[in-house]
Amino acid sequence: MKAVCWQGTKKVEVENVPDPKILNPRDAIVKITSTAICGSDLHLYDGFNPTMKPGDILGHEFMGEIVELGSGVKSGNARNNGQPLAVGDRVVVPFTISCGSCFFCNRNLWSLCDNSNPNAWMAEAALGHSPSGLFGYSHLTGGYAGGQAQYARVPFADVGLFKVPSELTDEQVLFLTDIFPTGYMGAENCDIQPGDTVAIWGCGPVGQFAIRSAFLLGAERVIAIDLVPERLQMAKEGGAEVLNIEEVEVGEALKEMTGGMGPDSVMDAVGMEAHGFGLEGFYDKVKQAARLETDRPNVLRQAILACRKGGTVSVPGVYTGFVDKIPMGAFMNKGLTMKTGQTHIHRYLRPLTERIQKGEIDPSFLITHKLPIDQAPHAYEIFKHKQDNCIKVVLKPNEAA
Amino acid sequence: MNQPIKVEKTLTINKPAAELYRFWHNFENLPHFMKHLKQVKVYDAKTSHWTTSGPLDGTVEWDAVITDDRENEFIAWKSVENADVDNSGSIQFRPMSHDRGTEVKVVTEYNPPAGAVGDAIAKLLGESPKQQIGDDLSRFKMLMETGEIATTEGQPKGRK
Ligand SMILES: NC(=O)c1ccc[n+]([C@@H]2O[C@H](COP(=O)([O-])OP(=O)(O)OC[C@H]3O[C@@H](n4cnc5c(N)ncnc54)[C@H](O)[C@@H]3O)[C@@H](O)[C@H]2O)c1
Ligand SMILES: [Zn+2]
Ligand SMILES: [Zn+2]
Repeated sequence: MKAVCWQGTKKVEVENVPDPKILNPRDAIVKITSTAICGSDLHLYDGFNPTMKPGDILGHEFMGEIVELGSGVKSGNARNNGQPLAVGDRVVVPFTISCGSCFFCNRNLWSLCDNSNPNAWMAEAALGHSPSGLFGYSHLTGGYAGGQAQYARVPFADVGLFKVPSELTDEQVLFLTDIFPTGYMGAENCDIQPGDTVAIWGCGPVGQFAIRSAFLLGAERVIAIDLVPERLQMAKEGGAEVLNIEEVEVGEALKEMTGGMGPDSVMDAVGMEAHGFGLEGFYDKVKQAARLETDRPNVLRQAILACRKGGTVSVPGVYTGFVDKIPMGAFMNKGLTMKTGQTHIHRYLRPLTERIQKGEIDPSFLITHKLPIDQAPHAYEIFKHKQDNCIKVVLKPNEAA
Repeated sequence: MNQPIKVEKTLTINKPAAELYRFWHNFENLPHFMKHLKQVKVYDAKTSHWTTSGPLDGTVEWDAVITDDRENEFIAWKSVENADVDNSGSIQFRPMSHDRGTEVKVVTEYNPPAGAVGDAIAKLLGESPKQQIGDDLSRFKMLMETGEIATTEGQPKGRK
């Protein structure tokens, strides 16, 4: 089959590799109809994860048709109304791999599953404890072959695979695999109360869903922050007021816009490669390049300083290691709360599908490019550099180029 | 004489103590999740024969005897006298309150002899015996909680 393989920093290639096989009883094989490139993939593309190996198959936002089931895939689950899976079912695949029976899965904390990372020792050494295994996301989280390919093997299929209603298109349900739940959980983590203003850094795919989710969850105002005009435009179309970091001093502007209070909650939907300015931006770039700091936390700093007293800092943006100069004094003295994590996708599959069915949101608004899999290297480039107004790319791996 | 190696590791498993005890008590199950254990043959209620992989495709073998056994709570075993590798181990199962599963604690101790076999054992245990016992225990947990052990061995990849 064809698969998008990581071959080093800023180098991905479409290669012919063997088809995946069932390896464990609870596995399934899915023939992929649609697969997307995520902002998280850019952190790998840019070489910020030292546990990537050449030849690793990328991709964690994918869906398709079940073509094979392992002997242990039997029972249904609540998300699928108790219906067991069958060959031919059309499904989306959560990017987090979860067993469904550990302490964490039982408590609805799916991205913290204890039993899906065969390289847990690596994560334990780096992070203290291991999060769940993830598709196509480095050896630290299991080294699972990803879904930017024609087929993928899905472990714990009986827990993860979610059957989607036939009346919804791939484009409407594909983002249930990651970014729609991620934006939604980011907004939930803001603990939105009636009358609240939420400030969201980053108008990429995650930010776009966060904006719309914040309104679904009752926010009065959303202020969205970025520097890419077409992304700010899309944020505006989602109902947000917008700030361009190249045009205004963000902290100052947020205070002015909220009667001096600051936003009730703030969200970092940018993560470890935030664009920085001036001396501070230079400091982080140098430290990150020299590997003295793994992540550039400009946005996190700004968000903590901007948040109103007693407010909440929600961090869906990905960090992998260490950051410098977090304003802990502001965080402590203003009595803030921080909530974060890889998204507990399984938790959101049904409720968000219902919102799509009711017409409360149509996730396909986000897609700017649909390309054949052979054009994946080009797709990574335009997504990374925001060329050709690229905001979200969907690849169609089993359609003729 | 090489230094004795003693390792302890604790993990919480989301299953009743009785179920964990029963599975472990049949030592023939251990190779399912212990990476270097090739085979265990149980002779009778007390004695068994253990085979681990050794260097150069060889094996290291010994007879073991159960020295303490409290149903659903504790099992201890040790190699018989004059075994090539003098070793012992125990496992304790402690039920947690509030639906938090069972705390499982494994203790193993090796007294590697000097010379080739001792070196082989040291090699087998690698640089971090604690890590190996920890990994084995994690695989035990996976098997008990999910019925399988997470793996990526045999999956496709691109050129290296
Ligand atoms: N928690 C999770 O489970 C999860 C899931 C998916 C993605 N993510 C993470 O969410 C983040 C965003 O993902 P995405 O797909 O939207 O990526 P993206 O790279 O497309 O979006 C990031 C956006 O941030 C903007 N930006 C950069 N620096 C900024 C700054 N200083 N101030 C304001 N905006 C700035 C960029 O212009 C871009 O539009 C990434 O870190 C990604 O890894 C997390
Ligand atoms: Zn993603
Ligand atoms: Zn689990």
